[in-house]
Formats: sequence, structure tokens, C-alpha cells
Amino acid sequence: MAIMRMRDALREALREEMLRDERIFLMGEDIGLYGGSYAVTKGLLEEFGEERVRDTPIAESAIVGIGIGAAMGGLHPMVEIMTINFSFLALDQIVNNAAKLLHMSNGQINVPLVIRMASGGGSQLAATHSHSLEGLYAHFPGLKVVCPSTPADAKGLLKRAFRDQNTVIFIEHTANYGLRGEVPDDPDFLVEFGVANVVREGTDVTIVGYSGSVHQAIRAAELLEQQEEISAEVIDLRTLRPLDMDTVIRSVKKTNRAVIVEDAWKFGGFGGELAAQIMERAFDWLDAPVARVACKDVPLPYNRNLEFHALPSEEDVVEAVLGMFKE
Amino acid sequence: MPLSAETLRDLHRRMLRIRLFEEEAGRLSEAGRIPGALHLYVGEEAVAAGVAAHLGPGDQVTSTHRGHGHLVAVGGDFRQMFAELFGRATGYCRGKGGSMHIADMDLGMLGANGIVGGGPPIAVGAAFSNKYRKTQNVTACFFGDGASNEGSFHEAANMAGLYRLPLIFVCENNGFGEFTRQDRHQAIRDIADRAAGYGFPGIVVDGMDAVAVYEAAGEAIARARRGEGPTLLECKTYRFFDHVGVRGMGVVYRSDDEVRAWRERDPITLLERRLAELGILDEAGAAAVREAIQAEVREAVAFAEASPFPDPAALTEDVYAS
Repeated sequence: MAIMRMRDALREALREEMLRDERIFLMGEDIGLYGGSYAVTKGLLEEFGEERVRDTPIAESAIVGIGIGAAMGGLHPMVEIMTINFSFLALDQIVNNAAKLLHMSNGQINVPLVIRMASGGGSQLAATHSHSLEGLYAHFPGLKVVCPSTPADAKGLLKRAFRDQNTVIFIEHTANYGLRGEVPDDPDFLVEFGVANVVREGTDVTIVGYSGSVHQAIRAAELLEQQEEISAEVIDLRTLRPLDMDTVIRSVKKTNRAVIVEDAWKFGGFGGELAAQIMERAFDWLDAPVARVACKDVPLPYNRNLEFHALPSEEDVVEAVLGMFKE
Repeated sequence: MPLSAETLRDLHRRMLRIRLFEEEAGRLSEAGRIPGALHLYVGEEAVAAGVAAHLGPGDQVTSTHRGHGHLVAVGGDFRQMFAELFGRATGYCRGKGGSMHIADMDLGMLGANGIVGGGPPIAVGAAFSNKYRKTQNVTACFFGDGASNEGSFHEAANMAGLYRLPLIFVCENNGFGEFTRQDRHQAIRDIADRAAGYGFPGIVVDGMDAVAVYEAAGEAIARARRGEGPTLLECKTYRFFDHVGVRGMGVVYRSDDEVRAWRERDPITLLERRLAELGILDEAGAAAVREAIQAEVREAVAFAEASPFPDPAALTEDVYAS
């Protein structure tokens, strides 16, 4: 075990996987000489050379498309979209090709590709640079969607992504890059997809989060315990596709209440999917309607106080939980 | 150097295979026996044949929504192709892909693509993998004049030039982006000019002349195999049938005279004339080739129509690879 930041854990995962498998190469904007916008790929160009660490033009559609074509050509590429905001420019390649080729071709074509993207608001970058689109990508069958919240999970899930024969959308919340945590140094350390993490056990309410929102959930659980004597169980989904609903349902059947926390918009969002599945599978166990704490239904503003009001906070989560205990 | 009789016969056979497949597909579509949208390749056969004749094992092709010709040109199996158009379990994609998504990975045909401009980035990626694995293989990227206006084409061409990748961009300029004439969708005449913006050569060739396409493609592919990077080969050609199906939907967007003038330069007629002049294949010889392919078409259609539809269980298979 070593204590490291999430960005360093991600780099360790890339390094170890590149050493293990020569078919893996990296491609993206500023990932080589500059070391990556969030320094995840720093030093990898020096270690692996230009053949395996490719700087690209700013051309998201081609970057992803080349990754798809190279995967069809027998390689296992990792392409980095600098931030998830720019992935809109590559949506056709992701949705129409990466996600569908296997099914459309009757299993002839698989696309083992890892697409990494930085996600999330809270950095005063305003509306075009603050998206949380985990749920959007989870909407498409054929994609796997991974969104770690800790350095250890980041490493284990990213390494696991390179053992997958499908396209994995790997989403890293920018607020998490600097987070420190214990990370196993075993090169065989993997975190399996579709296995949620019960971060904190509790008995009164289940708080479900993913990516950045796991941390609001944890802080809210601490506040609830200290101030309200409410025992909250916190679940980190880790991956949205595949989705470990069993763990969520088991928890809800124990606590009889569920709150979903996400940085994305509530309307048409992933939280709605979770709420619906809880309703379908645990209706009779619920003592209150499932609550959702999410981004306000507006484009994210630049101004600090407005942005703060738009994004969900631990206080919002506490308030939602308390609402469930009112008569 | 003049082409060998064998090469000329091969080109003729590839083109005729495309023509007869497409004419039958068109008839079946008009008769309502094949569902969906068919974008037929009739008129453009010299392009696919002239390029495919240079490709071998390990080489790849990316295709378009008008993709049947590319697959036939590289050796696609009529039975599996017709079965796919009929949506049957014996089709290339078990009826899940249809006309616009037909693929044969064993032949390096990486798939027709239902999205205009979807293919070029994939072609560049395939070429990247060839270079990365240090093979001598090349990728041929077919696209149309319409796709040459898509951002994805420009992004892909830029990166292919930047990395000097082993591929050729084959522009099938049939004069129309769907129903919009070229001079109404771009300000340039020669799409080959666009190659200059990406640091590789662009060549214009008569896309109705199979020999001209064969020779130009040969040079471009040899250049790619030598590691000298991509070439944009613009083939001026024409769509004898409509954008979708055979006959128009009643909207006049081109004149009968125009269609007639292009049909006078039918690529198969032109090649057959040349073969006859060279004493390689006379009228009776050409008719025999035609009849053999027609028999293959008839047999394949019968096979396809007699094939079962896929079992409902197929629906949920191959969403994810294990």
C-alpha cells in the first residue's frame, strides 16, 4: 500500500497496463509532452516513447474514431478526451460505432477501447466546461461506464478497463484528482465492474452516489450522525453500467429510505433510473418516497456563489434526509 | 505498362458482380421483398473494383451507406449479403445490421456505415494499427463528395497526414450529396484539392474508367505500403440509380439527359469495349461471365429467402463482448 493522489493512481494503472500489454497505446490532446491537462499521463511519453503515447490535434471525433479503428485492428487503445465537455464532438463515434458495432455486426466486431474523460463542475469554468454526463453515457447499451471516487478504485477500475473487450467510458471527477488515499501496489489489483462499494454502513437511510457526489454523501452521513443521530449507509456505485442494483436494494430493504445524490441534472437523469428501480424492486419496503439531490435545472454559471447554489451540497443531502423523517 | 489480360478480366468480373448484385437488390427492393433503405452502387463500380484489386489479406476497407459495392469488390459472399438484406439469420450480421451496416471482418471489410462521415476516423485508426504492428498492410477509406464536407473527414485526414499513415482516401464523387448537387454543397470542383491542406497528394481520376482507377490506386497504395503516407484519390463518377432505391421519389433534381449522358460512359460498357478491342473478351465471352454471375445471384437470393429469421433470443446477444 502507498498513499497517493488519484491522478497518480491513474498514472500507475496506465503504466502497469502498458508494461503488461503491448497492444495498449495512449492518444489524446496534450497527453505527451505536456503530460496531460490533469497530469495523469505525466512522464509516460518519456518512458514509452512516441509510438505508444501520441499527442493529437484538437479533434475529438477523429481521436475516438481512430481509437475505434485501432481497436478493430487488434490493439487496445486508451484515448483521452481532455474533458467530458468536449466529448459532445465525438458523440457520433462513441454512440454509433463504439457502442453498436458488436451488435450490428453479429459479434464480428468488438471495440476494446478505453475512453478517459475529466468531468464535473465546481471550478468556475461556466456552462460549457462543467458537465456531468455519466448518466448520458450510461443511457447507451453497449457502453460500460465507470466513475471512481477514490484513488484505489481509480487504479483498480482503470486496470480492469483494459481487461475488458468492450468500450469503457472512464469518467474522472476533477475534484477527485487531488484526493489522497491508500492504493494497493500489487500489479494484479483489479476492481471488478458492477460491484458497488458500501462506503459506510448505516441503518436509517441509504445514500447513493457516484463519482464526485460520493463525497457529499459521506460528509452528509457524518453530519447526520453528529447532529441528528441518524445512521446513514453510503453506497458508491463505482460503475453505472454494469449497475450493481442488488447492493442498493439490499440496503434499502434494511434502511427503508433512499436518497440519490448526483452532480448531474435531475430531469431525465440517472437518479431517476435508480429511483425507478428501487420502486420496482423495493416498493413495499419504502417508508418515504425516494429523494433525489441533484444539480439545479440550469446551465452551470460562472459566478462562485451561483455555481455553489446550483450544485448539490452535503447540506442539501442532510435536508433531503431530514425531510423523510418528518411526520 | 499495359495491364495484363488477367488483371483486366479480374476488374471486369468484380464490376459485373457488383452491377448484377445491385440490380437484383434494386428489383427486390422495388418489389417490396427487401425492407429498409438500399443505397445502390450502380454506376460507380469502377471505383470499388479498381481499388479492391490491389488489396490482399490483412488490408482493410471502410465503407459508406452505399456499401454493397465495396464488400462485393473485396470478395463478399452473395448468399450472406442477400440474407442480410432480407434480414435473415444466415446474413453477415444475422439480420441485425442490414444494408447500411454490413461487414465482413475476415475480408477486412470493417463495415458499411450508416452515418455520412462515420468511416474516415475508423479507417485512420485501422491504418494506425497497421503501422503500430509494423505490417505492410494498407487501409482504403471510401467516402463520398457529401462526406468530404463533414468535420470527421477533415479531422481524420489531418491526423492521417500528420502520422503519415498507410491508407488511401478514395472519394467517390458522384456529383450529389444525397439529392444536392455538388455545386450547391461545396465551392470547389475537385475534392482532391483538399489533400493539400493535410500535407499529402490529391489526385483526380476518371471514375468511370476502371483502368484509370486501377492505375492511380495502385500508385497510391504502393506509396502507402512504402511508408510514404496517405493519398486522396478523387474518382469522378455518377450514381445511375437514385440516392435511395432505384427510381426517384418524384422530385426532379437532375435531368434525364444528364443521366443518359453518364450512362453512355457506363464503366462496364467502357471496359468491355476495351477488352473486345484487345481481343481479351468478346461479346460471347462477356455474356458467359454475366450468365455465370446471374446464376450465382439467383442461387443466393433463393438461399436468402429460404433462410429463417433470427430467433428472438438473438436480440439480446452481442450487446457486450465477454
